[in-house]
Amino acid sequence: MSKALLYDATMCIGCKQCEAGCAQQNKLRYDDAVAAEPVQSDHKYTVVLTKDDKFMRRLCMHCEHPACASVCPVGAFHKTKEGPVVYDVWKCIGCRYCMVACAFNQPKYEWQSLNPRVRKCIMCPDRVAAGKQTACAEICPTGATKFGERDDLIAEAQDRIRKNPSTYLPRIYGLNEVGGTSVLILSSVNVENYGYPASAKIGDTPMPEYTGRVMEKIPDFIPVWTLVLGGIYWVSHRREEVAAAEAEHKNGSAR
Amino acid sequence: MKFRLTFWKAVFLVIMALGLYSTFVRYFRGLGAISNMTDQFPWGLWIGFDCLCGVMLAAGGFCIVGAVYLFNVERLHSVVRPAVLTAFLGYLLFIVGLLFDLGRPWFIWHQLIYMNPHSVMFEVGMCVMAYTTVLFFEFLPNVFERFHLTTPIKWIKKIYPVLIILGILLSTLHQSSLGSLYLIMPSKLHPFWYTPALPFLFFGSAIAVGLAMTIFESTQSAKAFGRHLETPVIVELGGALLVALWVNALLRFEDYFHRGMLRQIFKPSYEAYFLWLELTLAFVIPITMLSFKKVRLSPKLLYLVSVFTVLGFITNRLNIALIGFETYVGHHYMPKWTEFSVTLMIIAMGFALFGVAVKYLPIFPEEKQAVKPRLRTETRPVVATPVLGHAGD
Repeated sequence: MSKALLYDATMCIGCKQCEAGCAQQNKLRYDDAVAAEPVQSDHKYTVVLTKDDKFMRRLCMHCEHPACASVCPVGAFHKTKEGPVVYDVWKCIGCRYCMVACAFNQPKYEWQSLNPRVRKCIMCPDRVAAGKQTACAEICPTGATKFGERDDLIAEAQDRIRKNPSTYLPRIYGLNEVGGTSVLILSSVNVENYGYPASAKIGDTPMPEYTGRVMEKIPDFIPVWTLVLGGIYWVSHRREEVAAAEAEHKNGSAR
Repeated sequence: MKFRLTFWKAVFLVIMALGLYSTFVRYFRGLGAISNMTDQFPWGLWIGFDCLCGVMLAAGGFCIVGAVYLFNVERLHSVVRPAVLTAFLGYLLFIVGLLFDLGRPWFIWHQLIYMNPHSVMFEVGMCVMAYTTVLFFEFLPNVFERFHLTTPIKWIKKIYPVLIILGILLSTLHQSSLGSLYLIMPSKLHPFWYTPALPFLFFGSAIAVGLAMTIFESTQSAKAFGRHLETPVIVELGGALLVALWVNALLRFEDYFHRGMLRQIFKPSYEAYFLWLELTLAFVIPITMLSFKKVRLSPKLLYLVSVFTVLGFITNRLNIALIGFETYVGHHYMPKWTEFSVTLMIIAMGFALFGVAVKYLPIFPEEKQAVKPRLRTETRPVVATPVLGHAGD
């Protein structure tokens, strides 16, 4: 049902067309200087990294259960039914909890702006909703970045691993990480070498569950704790009233 | 009234001047210009100190109100007003701090219309808003009394039970939820500080610090405003503090024990040094000192204990907010001087507002019992630096 991107690092030639296409789609400046920047930032949502002649792309993973959407106090992030995790700048108050919470460190901030926005890959939601593929997938000359149904892409990735077991590491990064993501990665080397968090470290548990376990107790906690506090208050003040009444009674009889 | 420039007044003015400059930089040059926060370190000193520590330091309000009105510990009655005042100012200043830290503070009201009930931050925000309102009503009688308005005091007395219970409920919720904020970062926060027990630890430390802060501020204001310090009150608070510290220490031990961390925490490492500092200041020194009867009966030494406790738990929260992320991020974060200057300005404002409130409102019991309120201003002893007596201490 939901759409996804499959990035196959073994097919990537490092041409950075995806970077350029992304910048054009999002109306960002893109020149040699930006192309040379090896990090993602408020003006570079995706980056192609090079290490030992091998390439690796980084972009927002579009988690199935996005941490950014769950932590945002004003709900500025949400996952659309097609798959992209999108951002509503109007709602944002700038608390930056999304940036701290994201296991992949994807949200970036306009630190120099006086009315800053959170910036990240939003998976071309307008194009996707219109039935088109993302700008990066469309422009990719080798098909290293492929757009499609998540289930189809998983099947295809498994197929590629099965057919070329010597080329690929036997895993699809993003299949189960933090409960699954809408960006899937195939590679011959460990993605961890390129700054991706280790699968073992982030685990398969959807991030929102960590706080959800506590938050779900609050609706029960409020009435129970109110009753307890009210009970204590009543008991201690009742005791006071009784003591006062007794004292009065004693005084009265003594007189 | 003649203005005399004393040392602390001068310090205060310097802090305010630098703070105003930083405020200008913040709103006209942006967060990037004023702070060393980056995409790798999106939360800095302001979240670590102004928010996490600020709310903890203001916990005295609900601790003392709870003790006096819920558990009928009448002996503490004289510190209710200063504790509520500290809490009220603390929360107001917390909101001021937020206005600096939020990227788009002009949209802070979005919290009220775009609600995301799954967000811990949303819960903290709503609780803080509601609790500040509760504190406002708990604080109001001071103002009414000052202007001899007896009718509205009667109204507030009528709703007082509701205010008390609501205040404690809201405090329980958001003091613990400040810890829950970090539950979603298991892969980022260092295991010394990341634990599913974070909400419990935050609530526990709020109570310990609430008690310590009440000792601290009672002693400080006695010194600064030339008032008589009520020894039995301080002694009572010291005893409660010892219990609170033991409970906190046991919680910490239990947590490390269950997670099998006991061996790691004694191995020297960058984080371990900061952990040791925190544990020494927050537990080892205060608990050892409080174990001696001599200390428990001496207001001077209890004051020292309270300072250690407060510093210890401030270290704890800064460790969680800043040090605990450095290994993950891969580099250190050192706040820019302008970040410090904003924080200092907020602290200085706290001290100054406290001084002003004490000067003009019946915060301390001597005044409360004054027969003819109109005489108060005339009979009050003139203290050299009533407003800034301990600004920046």
